[in-house]
Amino acid sequence: MTSIEAHVQQPYKYGFVTDIESEVVPAGLNEDVIRLISDKKGEPEWMLDWRLKAYRNWLKMSEPHWPNVKYGPIDYQAISYYAAPKKLPKLDSLDQVDPKLVATFEKLGIPIEEQKRLTGVAVDAVFDSVSVATTFQAELAKYGVIFCPISQAIREHGDLVQKYLSTVVPINDNFFAALNSAVFTDGSFVYVPKGVRCPLELSTYFRINASSTGQFERTLIIADEGSYVSYLEGCSAPMRDEHQLHAAVVELVAHDRATIKYSTIQNWYPGDEEGKGGIYNFVTKRGKCAGANSKISWTQVETGSAITWKYPGCILQGDNSIGEFYSVAVTSHKQQADTGTKMIHLGKNTRSTIVSKGISAGRGQNTYRGLVKIMKGAEGARNYSQCDSMLIGDKCGAHTFPYIDVRNSTAIMEHEASTSKIGEDQIFYLRQRGLSSEDAVSMIVNGFCKEVFKELPMEFAVEATRLLGISLEGSVG
Amino acid sequence: MGRGKGDGGRVLLEVKGLRVSVAGNEILKGVDLTIRDGEVHAIMGPNGSGKSTLAQVLAGHPAYSVLAGTATYEGKDLLDMKPEERARAGVFLAFQYPVEIRGITNSYFLRAALNALRRERGEPELDPIDFLQFLEQKLKAIGWDDSMLNRPVNEGFSGGEKKRNEILQLAVLEPRLAILDETDSGLDIDALKTVAETVNKLRGPDRAFLIVTHYQRLLNYITPDVVHVLADGRIVKSGGPELAHELEAKGYDWLRDAAMVS
Repeated sequence: MTSIEAHVQQPYKYGFVTDIESEVVPAGLNEDVIRLISDKKGEPEWMLDWRLKAYRNWLKMSEPHWPNVKYGPIDYQAISYYAAPKKLPKLDSLDQVDPKLVATFEKLGIPIEEQKRLTGVAVDAVFDSVSVATTFQAELAKYGVIFCPISQAIREHGDLVQKYLSTVVPINDNFFAALNSAVFTDGSFVYVPKGVRCPLELSTYFRINASSTGQFERTLIIADEGSYVSYLEGCSAPMRDEHQLHAAVVELVAHDRATIKYSTIQNWYPGDEEGKGGIYNFVTKRGKCAGANSKISWTQVETGSAITWKYPGCILQGDNSIGEFYSVAVTSHKQQADTGTKMIHLGKNTRSTIVSKGISAGRGQNTYRGLVKIMKGAEGARNYSQCDSMLIGDKCGAHTFPYIDVRNSTAIMEHEASTSKIGEDQIFYLRQRGLSSEDAVSMIVNGFCKEVFKELPMEFAVEATRLLGISLEGSVG
Repeated sequence: MGRGKGDGGRVLLEVKGLRVSVAGNEILKGVDLTIRDGEVHAIMGPNGSGKSTLAQVLAGHPAYSVLAGTATYEGKDLLDMKPEERARAGVFLAFQYPVEIRGITNSYFLRAALNALRRERGEPELDPIDFLQFLEQKLKAIGWDDSMLNRPVNEGFSGGEKKRNEILQLAVLEPRLAILDETDSGLDIDALKTVAETVNKLRGPDRAFLIVTHYQRLLNYITPDVVHVLADGRIVKSGGPELAHELEAKGYDWLRDAAMVS
């Protein structure tokens, strides 16, 4: 084992299990299970109908197998679709949160207790199928900003949810989106009213704890005219031999002159060196720049999951709207990632930027898949794409599939791609200057990812840098 | 075998019977070399004689295997130290082929390296502001501008700029033993003079140099205390600066023949 290989085999740090009494619905999926979930959430009739419609659609669909990833068949009847800690706090009284839950999130670096909260960041903490705490809700309400679990939004802001839900990702968009629509349990809802610049960073932390369950979260963010919001999600799960399914749907809507900045630090359990266990992260994320001069920016740092399948995209409908996608995807051990973005240009003078950094180590397989589509009416559209791959060792792979579909001759498209290899010579050079091999790998990788990290909110850029160092411990050969 | 200028100086590096292979081929076949504090030694020799191997193995490149022999640096077993430990103890290698590090500026990199050294010496780390002041002094001392500082390490640098950047690092990191591996190759005459002048400014009683070079031209500007000729993995001749001129006039073949005979 070379010094660099030795560096990438560090254990997953968030693999602990919280011993807490949970209510877990028996495995299996049918209309009764969906009714049960809807009932547990105290949902109105329209929501249940919507779920059932999605479920009936899903039954007619088949799992997509076009991604460049390999895995055994998933038994959807072997998954439990609802798991929740038994002792849950009543709304608006965080002091009643089970101390075990508080300790769990604290261990994950997400303090939810009043006195320890992160300054400048409001957090919604989701544990298995339920939100257990949402901080700063009252503070945000003063600005008219709604930030709450989506289950609460369905009960209390039904009109808004009904108006926007599935307007960006239709229930039959794809197999996993349909499944999510049928069984989603919690997630966050954000509404920022006209002209308001959300005074806090909003953040949701997703934690899977129970075994043999799936997590199906749903997030909906609406930025009304001239508003601004920055949202960040993080996630982790215990180390288990089984694969667990995480199929989320995220929808963003930006009205005229609104900006939504959505950042993800994805650290689901990646499985062990032999590919045993780990999360299947099959996620549909899409934003709609509905209004003129609106902007949606996706930034993702993907270090976890056994398999990642996600393409956060933007529908650039409003004239002069802007879509951005900045991504770092790391695959180590036997991880597989097929990720990228979709930029659909509809409005005039719409612009999109794609910066993708794929890092493959161990026996990881990293695929960038991106679509840039310029529709007929999109006069003066522009796209800039940059896809860089870095290989660490000689047993991993990097693949790039850029699809470009231009139907308006005024479009200006730029595409750049590169592949580089981190080798002993680079590491040796830095060590010869006094840096340890860990610091050397970290410096090279962080330099490679710099254009993406600078897009993250500052607190999280530090976290991302650290996480990347851990994920790559031991992978160069 | 290395003959010092003043034999009273403290021995900084002592290499004895060093045999080294790379990818199964024995390159160094028994090298002896003694460098005392502040001395400037030049290692000359034809291509393939093992000059760069000697430089790399002293710095600890993992691709080279030591078959036999010792290297003692400041009384410690140099060959037992990790590359970063050698660097922190004051061994610096100016690379023949410096690598590029994307996205990391020269000044960030230099500060990280300097702080790694300072930590080792028990000195406080420099924050970015203190470091900039420190750097300005260093640049002033060697008469260089700051144009390379905010560029990514060696990225997009010309061959000459990369070599100059190695010398800049040398000036900032202030090693006790600086090994220059063919720093002169790929330099035009002006750059060669700049590099040589800087090296001369950095010479001092606390800093020894081991200059590996194929040509004598660098030694027109840097006068070494000792010149060694390496041929077929052994030092076949050592002498004063005049030896370099002799080699320039006569080539290496007569020495190689001598090595074969012995």
